[in-house]
Amino acid sequence: MKLRRSMLFVPGDAAGMVSTSFVFKPDTIMFDLEDAVSPREKDSARLLVYQALRHPAYRDIETAVRINELDTEYGPKDLEMAVRGGADLIRLPKTETAADIELLDRHITRIEQACGRPIGQTRVIAAIESASGVVNAVSITRASPRMIAVALAGFDYLVDMQSERSGGSEPELFYARAAVLHAARAAGIGAYDVAYGDVNDIGGFLREVMIAKNLGFNGKSLIHPRQIQPLHKAYAPTRQELAYARRVIEAAEKAKREGLGVTSLDGKMIDPPVIAHAELVIRRAEAA
Amino acid sequence: MTELVEELARQVPDLRKLQAFAGAAAHTPYLADPQAKLHRKLCVSLEDAIRRSGLRDGMTISFHHAFREGDKVINQVVNKLAEMGFKDLTLATSSLLNCHDPLVEHFKSGVITQVYTSGLRGKIGEAISRGVLPRPVQIHSHGGRVNLLQSGELKIDVAFLGVSCCDEFGNASGSQGKLICGALGYAKVDAQYARSVVLLTAELVPFPNHPASISQDQVDLIVHLDDVGDPTLISKGAARTTKNPRELLIASLAADVVEHSGYFRDGFSMQTGSGASSIAATRFLGEKMAETGITASFALGGITGGIAELHAKGLIKTVIDVQSFDSDAAESLRLGQAHIEISANEYANPTSKGAYVDRIDVVILAALEIDLGFNVNVITGSDGVLRGASGGHCDVAAAANLAIVVAPLVRGRLPTVVSKVTTVVTPGESIGVLVTDQGIAVNSKHPELAKRLLDAGLPVVGIEELHRRAIALTGEPEPLKFLDRIVGLIRYRDGTVIDVVRQVDERE
Repeated sequence: MKLRRSMLFVPGDAAGMVSTSFVFKPDTIMFDLEDAVSPREKDSARLLVYQALRHPAYRDIETAVRINELDTEYGPKDLEMAVRGGADLIRLPKTETAADIELLDRHITRIEQACGRPIGQTRVIAAIESASGVVNAVSITRASPRMIAVALAGFDYLVDMQSERSGGSEPELFYARAAVLHAARAAGIGAYDVAYGDVNDIGGFLREVMIAKNLGFNGKSLIHPRQIQPLHKAYAPTRQELAYARRVIEAAEKAKREGLGVTSLDGKMIDPPVIAHAELVIRRAEAA
Repeated sequence: MTELVEELARQVPDLRKLQAFAGAAAHTPYLADPQAKLHRKLCVSLEDAIRRSGLRDGMTISFHHAFREGDKVINQVVNKLAEMGFKDLTLATSSLLNCHDPLVEHFKSGVITQVYTSGLRGKIGEAISRGVLPRPVQIHSHGGRVNLLQSGELKIDVAFLGVSCCDEFGNASGSQGKLICGALGYAKVDAQYARSVVLLTAELVPFPNHPASISQDQVDLIVHLDDVGDPTLISKGAARTTKNPRELLIASLAADVVEHSGYFRDGFSMQTGSGASSIAATRFLGEKMAETGITASFALGGITGGIAELHAKGLIKTVIDVQSFDSDAAESLRLGQAHIEISANEYANPTSKGAYVDRIDVVILAALEIDLGFNVNVITGSDGVLRGASGGHCDVAAAANLAIVVAPLVRGRLPTVVSKVTTVVTPGESIGVLVTDQGIAVNSKHPELAKRLLDAGLPVVGIEELHRRAIALTGEPEPLKFLDRIVGLIRYRDGTVIDVVRQVDERE
């Protein structure tokens, strides 16, 4: 499974960034056609992003497009361009119900058929930005086999909830984080934590990264390239964690060779969940 | 007395030119007058100093650029010269910055008809590229300027040198006093070679003023001016700490290249330029030094606050400073703890009896353009107009064991890696590595270095591949249009002509 820790937002109308943001090597680059782009730039941004998606420089990096909502005049055009352009992922903003995803799925299938892409190749991330979205997270995450992750969008959600941002550990986001994460895990897909808005405050960003990481989020949506390396470093295992994970895998392989179901290491039981965690640690270490 | 000399001339004819003693102060009358002996250098005004300097039409005047964008000396002096009716002067300055734009009027009016400089920007660059001067501008490097002075090609008649403070005998400093600019490495050379030296000082301090960068025995005249420069503008334009992620990425890669270059060992020596990526690379390199315990024996060059900080942390033993790029560097020099000031001759002149650049391991330099032969342009912009500085680029690139060029692969809509640079300032043979945001290219002269960097997991590709990637993003730019007329000469550090700059063709 592809490691997805960092999903970098790139404003679709910023030609300089659209053309070369792959150099920063986030796990996924997400071209934004929605909130970052003013209505008068929507059409030109769509063209720019299409060119970037077709460019060889983006062949080796996962690309996503945040389209406008499908009930706007831009959303269907954005989707048409993104699927035809070869985007790996579509991020649907303001997902409220499973029906939003089902509708998106049907549109994508139609476009894939029309342009000759293998059906199902285009995957979907649902952004959950409201109380309804959080409440419906369980059905949203299961609404389509295209779904690979949900992303919580904190700003809109907190406005919808009439919450105040308290800073620090942000109890006002706790329920949403837990609910979205549970839905994602139960459906077997990934979950991204909210974007952190102050690009100059790397300390605050890292505090939030640790909250998300400890809860179990796969990563975060990022709004600036400067946040990529700190995030990757925070998700990278320490030397001790890595060494332990390697010993776990060795012990598990030895047990398998010897036909044992369960084994132990330093007196602790090594069972499938421990092995799965060790594998994740090694994957994160290799990617760091 | 006269009889003795006459007799001497009869017995030893080749000594007949010797003169007879005629009194203690016969040949130095100012020493006979107690007032003149002590105060003779002080002038009441700039105009007074100019008159007493013996400057005439057609002569050469010189300046330094330690105040960079905050300089107020050059404009003030040239305005005064124009007002006094001078014509046909050669302006020989260590560099020109945007703040010197007003000089264009004096080019047009014929007050200045020839220019020697290491750099030029803004309206001056545009005007010269459009052919405002009757003779081509001579672009030299910092080391090459000393070479031109020593060879006799460049003869300074009057040097007007802005200083932070001096005493009435001329012991002058740039790093003491109220308006400090830091090292006076370029001024030191002019003080040595100019026929007449005029100090323009922000402050007159009691004698003896020490430590002095320019010594009393090189100074002819002194004028007190309230405003020689604005120290807060020294670092303007030369970005101090960048937050630009692309520049940080390049800087981080450049530090990785240094780490795995084979030169990163205890006691190594380094120089980093004043570009944003160079400054950031200094910081990343400092982190690596702190982690590994490797320290540098010295850092050289135009000195930035970043270098001064590593020095203060004990990561760089000695700082050798020809020019201070910001107030932190100037302050470190003022403290003077293993931070020493040198002249441009000690810094980078290829024919110096000892230039510090010859002992540099690694240097990180910027580029406007670099081509498939690794030739570097730091002087003409993408429109062919003069807008940059040769500075110490070719000096330290030639001398260092490893010259690393840092640049984004694409600037705006234009490629930085090109098939042929518009203007060659530093020849490709001097460049070891190019670091861009989209990969690293190693000059084929250094296969062992390429292997080391590849083994370290760095993204090394051919320069042709970088060029291909750049063109894939931007398309092949239209060739620039020039007229035949040569408006600038690029002098290599040894005085030879490495390239010329032609007048831009603005006809549709």
